[in-house]
Amino acid sequence: MVQPYCLVYEMRESHIMKIHYGTALAAVGLVAVHILMRMADGYHESLEFANVLANYQFIPYAGLLEIILILLSIHGFNGLRVILLELHQGRSYEKAVSYGCVAGMVALIAYGSRTIVMANMGMI
Amino acid sequence: MSDTVKLRIRRSATDDFDEFTIPVQKWTTILECILYAKYKIDHSIAVRYSCRQATCGSCGMKINGKPSLACFTKVSEIDGDTITVEPMANFPVIRDLAVKFDRLFKNHRDIIPYMNNDPPDSSRMHLQSPEELDRFIQFANCIKCGLCNSACPTMATDTSFTGPQALAQAYRYVADSRDKDKDKRLRIIDDSHGIWRCHFAGSCSQVCPKGVDPAMGIQLLRGYMLGLND
Amino acid sequence: MDSKKNNREGIGGMANPGRYGIERVAYWLMRLSGLGLLVYFIAHIYETSSILRGEVGWNELMAMTDTPEFHIVLIIVIGMCVFHTVNGIRVMLGHGGIGVGRPTRPDYPYEPASQNMRHKITIYSAIVLAAVAMIYGSTVLFGV
Repeated sequence: MVQPYCLVYEMRESHIMKIHYGTALAAVGLVAVHILMRMADGYHESLEFANVLANYQFIPYAGLLEIILILLSIHGFNGLRVILLELHQGRSYEKAVSYGCVAGMVALIAYGSRTIVMANMGMI
Repeated sequence: MSDTVKLRIRRSATDDFDEFTIPVQKWTTILECILYAKYKIDHSIAVRYSCRQATCGSCGMKINGKPSLACFTKVSEIDGDTITVEPMANFPVIRDLAVKFDRLFKNHRDIIPYMNNDPPDSSRMHLQSPEELDRFIQFANCIKCGLCNSACPTMATDTSFTGPQALAQAYRYVADSRDKDKDKRLRIIDDSHGIWRCHFAGSCSQVCPKGVDPAMGIQLLRGYMLGLND
Repeated sequence: MDSKKNNREGIGGMANPGRYGIERVAYWLMRLSGLGLLVYFIAHIYETSSILRGEVGWNELMAMTDTPEFHIVLIIVIGMCVFHTVNGIRVMLGHGGIGVGRPTRPDYPYEPASQNMRHKITIYSAIVLAAVAMIYGSTVLFGV
């Protein structure tokens, strides 16, 4: 029986890599929508404060940003974990890399979500 | 091509190259050049070889920077008149050009490189159609020379990686219709240093002297794990 | 265990794309672009958080990033993003055993079926598409 605290470390590699591929495929479509939104309004105009704030306060778009944030954080930090695991080996190092990448992923999602939620609620 | 070539051999004692001038003909192989240097100039050169015909897989080494079999590479195939030979990368050096294969053999053993099945009911062997044979016979050509492991970019840094040689052999047995240990093998290679550390750079297939194409075997094997192959 | 003892090629050997053709170059570019995109992504999340500092804070950040140097970084990011996406789809299909050829009885001279023309063309296409996207990005960012 796997203890809950080491679930991430004990996950089968095939499950992790299926998540890696899934997040990549989903992100490709959503990031394309995100970039097209910038291009639709004209790049420089779309970055004006009022426009950006309006984007954050439009709930479907804020939801899109949140999903992209989660997908890319998982994909990016798992990619980093893979590269680091291949660079050096050792039980404690590998454990540190796995937990470190999960911590980085959670921290980035938390930080980005804070921006999305606060901007969406007008807490500026 | 001139009648002589300059052969540079990396020596483990000095961690530097020794140079030899070797007379050659157009059919002379790199192994023959090394053996000429060993017999006629310097007896202390350490090199492993046996069959001289790309069957035993003993004489793998880096020739002008690329993993190759010395017996299977002719001097006439080399650009220029200087041939540099070094021990295969990613294998611990015993001496000069001879390297240790312990890790390769351990990884090979770990993937259960033999068929597991109940004996057939009658006196006949397990039956197999030519199509079923074609699914794995290419991978049965592996001579365990280690060139693929030497060329692999993951093996360059990952001491725990199963490696293309063992993974291709895992495919060879997984794809064999007579075998019953498919799930067991797939579980063994589903490790943080197993099949998922292959990134399909394909260098293993480019250096294989027997046309095994380990990169293909590994991707087909991964297809089983992703549910895209049956 | 150290690299020297194991005779491992190390990062230099992993990175050296010269000896093994375009597939090894693609492997290396994929890795570099992945790391670059992760760095950009983290910076982008930090950058966009300045919206919480109100209009003044946001405009300060826009003024700071609206420079030729930042635009060049952004153009490189566009290139990395396009290459990583196109090559990533190629690699992902390959990982599923799609487009890697079928096992056969090989004849000398051996040509590995997994290193086929489709893959080479896709890698070159990824590089060309990345270049085109970078050129388009330049025209938008520099208003040419």
